[in-house]
Amino acid sequence: MTESVVTDHTKQETISADQNRVELCEKNPAEDFLRMDRIPHIWCPGCGIGTSVNAFVRALIEAKVDRSKLCVVSGIGCSGRVSGYLNVDAFHTTHGRAIPFATGLKLANPELTVVVYSGDGDLSAIGGNHLVHAARRNIDIKVVCVNNFIYSMTGGQAAPTTPMGTIASTAPYGFCEYALNLPHFVEACGATYIARWTTFHVRQLQKSMQESFAKKGFTFIEVIAPCPTLYGRRNQYRQGVDEMKMFKEVSRREKDIETRDAEIKPGEKIVIGKFVDRERETWLESMQHHYKEVLGDAYYPYTGAMI
Amino acid sequence: MKDSKMATAEKKERQSRGNVNINKDRCKGCGFCVEFCPTHALRFSEDFNALGYHYPVRLEEAACTGCDQCGAFCPDFAIFGYRYKSHT
Amino acid sequence: MKADEKAVNTGIHFMDGDSACCEGAIAAGCRFVAGYPITPSTEVVELIAQRFPKIGGIFIQMEDEIASSIAISGASWAGAKAMTVTSGPGFSLMMEHIGYAVMTETPCVFVNVQRGGPSTGLPTLPGQQDIMQCRWGSHGDYEVIALSPNSPQECFDLTIQCFNLAEKYRVPVFLMMDECVGHMSERVVIPPADEIEIEPRHYTEQAPGEFSPYNDMEGLVPRTTKAGDGHNILVTGLTHDDRGYPDMSANTHQVLVDRLIKKIRHSADDIIILEEDDVDGADIVVVSYGISSRVATRGVRMAREKGLRVGMLRLVTVWPFPENRIRELADRIEAFVVVEMNQGQIMREVQRCSEGRAQVAGVLNYGGAIHPPEEIYQTIAGVSS
Ligand SMILES: Cc1ncc(C[n+]2csc(CCOP(=O)(O)OP(=O)(O)O)c2C)c(N)n1
Ligand code: SF4
Ligand code: SF4
Ligand code: SF4
Repeated sequence: MTESVVTDHTKQETISADQNRVELCEKNPAEDFLRMDRIPHIWCPGCGIGTSVNAFVRALIEAKVDRSKLCVVSGIGCSGRVSGYLNVDAFHTTHGRAIPFATGLKLANPELTVVVYSGDGDLSAIGGNHLVHAARRNIDIKVVCVNNFIYSMTGGQAAPTTPMGTIASTAPYGFCEYALNLPHFVEACGATYIARWTTFHVRQLQKSMQESFAKKGFTFIEVIAPCPTLYGRRNQYRQGVDEMKMFKEVSRREKDIETRDAEIKPGEKIVIGKFVDRERETWLESMQHHYKEVLGDAYYPYTGAMI
Repeated sequence: MKDSKMATAEKKERQSRGNVNINKDRCKGCGFCVEFCPTHALRFSEDFNALGYHYPVRLEEAACTGCDQCGAFCPDFAIFGYRYKSHT
Repeated sequence: MKADEKAVNTGIHFMDGDSACCEGAIAAGCRFVAGYPITPSTEVVELIAQRFPKIGGIFIQMEDEIASSIAISGASWAGAKAMTVTSGPGFSLMMEHIGYAVMTETPCVFVNVQRGGPSTGLPTLPGQQDIMQCRWGSHGDYEVIALSPNSPQECFDLTIQCFNLAEKYRVPVFLMMDECVGHMSERVVIPPADEIEIEPRHYTEQAPGEFSPYNDMEGLVPRTTKAGDGHNILVTGLTHDDRGYPDMSANTHQVLVDRLIKKIRHSADDIIILEEDDVDGADIVVVSYGISSRVATRGVRMAREKGLRVGMLRLVTVWPFPENRIRELADRIEAFVVVEMNQGQIMREVQRCSEGRAQVAGVLNYGGAIHPPEEIYQTIAGVSS
């Protein structure tokens, strides 16, 4: 047992007396994939980003993703810090541009597994154009979008996902724009796999992440997460756990859900679940097929742009 | 009185199919684990950890299934559950 | 390392500068190009789109220049030699990613076929107004390398040079063309592949676990790796230590930015290419670059015919600026005449370096047309009297 274990002493003895009964108790399974020399991380108490990372790491382990070929790309924001805590090839890029960076990475070396892990503002506001076109092209990247309803890193300004009527630092009297329905949006753009979970639904989230690794093409998982510091407190959720309780209460997983019903309004249900799971040729596949067809032997089969 | 409490605790422990590992100094006291443990097997500590937060401790009188729900929730990688290999 | 025989278009061609740039990139080993159409640079990517499927490269027309300029960084970290091509308005959109490539020390090439600005300006006419922008357009202090070709042949040669410098110094390198050079057709000789010297990427030999992208130094330039090689690298545009880990302290920032600047400045002699004609015996030296240097040569010839002792200094490398050479000359000549299609972006550099020891005059315009040689002659004559 590690020294840091805090538990009843009598019980600890019971366990160590019978080692056979102990399966796994030395190390948090997540640690293997984390840069432990950077932990504790910068996220606030009760921030949901860490919970999503927990699900992500567990999904990596379960799906047996080849770590040496795994790249995680982030933009800028609290959520954008995820890549930096993962002990894989990690790229912390510029605000909104994780997707085009990932596009370059994936196309130049198709053997890589490329994940984009970033925030709602990063991916859908400043990076919205890239989201549209990477989904449309069906670039084989796995997007995890942490939606905490707000621009956190910069102090709680309104985002395209801020529910109408809620308070943000740039909407002190309540935000009066319609929120972007992310699943609906990326479905229209062409994503092959779309799911939404909250950080209360960690197991389902992990399973979706596992599924997305097995899927080729552009996948999109929205993770609704608490930001107690800059969203929760202004909107009657004092702590992360209060927002988590709200997620538990208002989330609905219905049969035959459609993305158009996934709009988020304050005080109303949050539709969760897997919305889309379909097949489309990826950008690379269709490029290869097409050139083989029209150029015949003149086509030089593309395997990677590495020197 | 005290004896009977101990007895209950032991009985519960026998029912426990697993346990948790808590790295108390990594905890930021968010309470996700305490709040959402399906068997309510955790409570907050009285004292503070190095970061100044109350951290979770196992409640002896409740059974832990080792389901690792707490581990899956923890944003700070401070806790995880594990199952005993064979439950007798 | 030599160029790839299967890809190099060896032979004597009659081609325009845009095409020559494309062939130069291919010869240099570039197999990833991301771009967004914009006059007068589009021909480069159009030809790339034709050539790449036959040699195993990826061309992707991105949704905008912001995307193009970061996609090449992604491709570069995957191990590709990568390039983007644009012109003024697109170049303006790329600025943030120049800084990103500088900070993360990502080798990549930006080609800017300059047109007249500001704004949409003169899409089909030449300019040299982005020279300062490529030097200072991104925020923060940094150094980059920029080359300026004055013929289609140089578009070929210098594109290769750009890729080589990018690898050698782990820095974004700019090929600052202009509409005239891009669209004019001339003889271009593409040598056999085994005569084309290619700078390979300088990969680390350290084992995974030991290596980080900024700790295996070769002078001031760290050796690198690529994604998928098992090093679990962390690459960030934040100020970072030599492990690549963010460290937002003034001290780490000082150490990092200082090295980023010095790795270029201290190698200025290795990087800078100048073309000089009769500079040593001159009273007046005409300084020019790109297409302007071709008309400047005619102005110089006219002045010489009138008996004036005029030298010609052509900046093949614009950045880093040849400060030392200008200082030396300022001590012994009377005047510099700077010919450029902007309001004195390089002229002010010449003034800065000559520190009042030589007179500095400019033959300047707002872009849109190259200078008439007479105008250049008149300015030379003016300063000499
Ligand atoms: C070009 C640019 N504009 C603005 C910023 C400032 N900025 C940093 S993070 C951020 C918002 C992040 O919000 P989101 O993506 O939702 O992530 P969160 O912090 O909420 O996790 C902004 C506006 C920036 N870094 N770069
Ligand atoms: S500000 Fe919000 S999103 Fe950022 S770390 Fe804190 S809780 Fe998380
Ligand atoms: S492992 Fe499961 S039962 Fe045990 S404390 Fe954690 S959540 Fe509760
Ligand atoms: S979930 Fe983690 S951080 Fe939160 S109280 Fe439990 S152990 Fe502490």
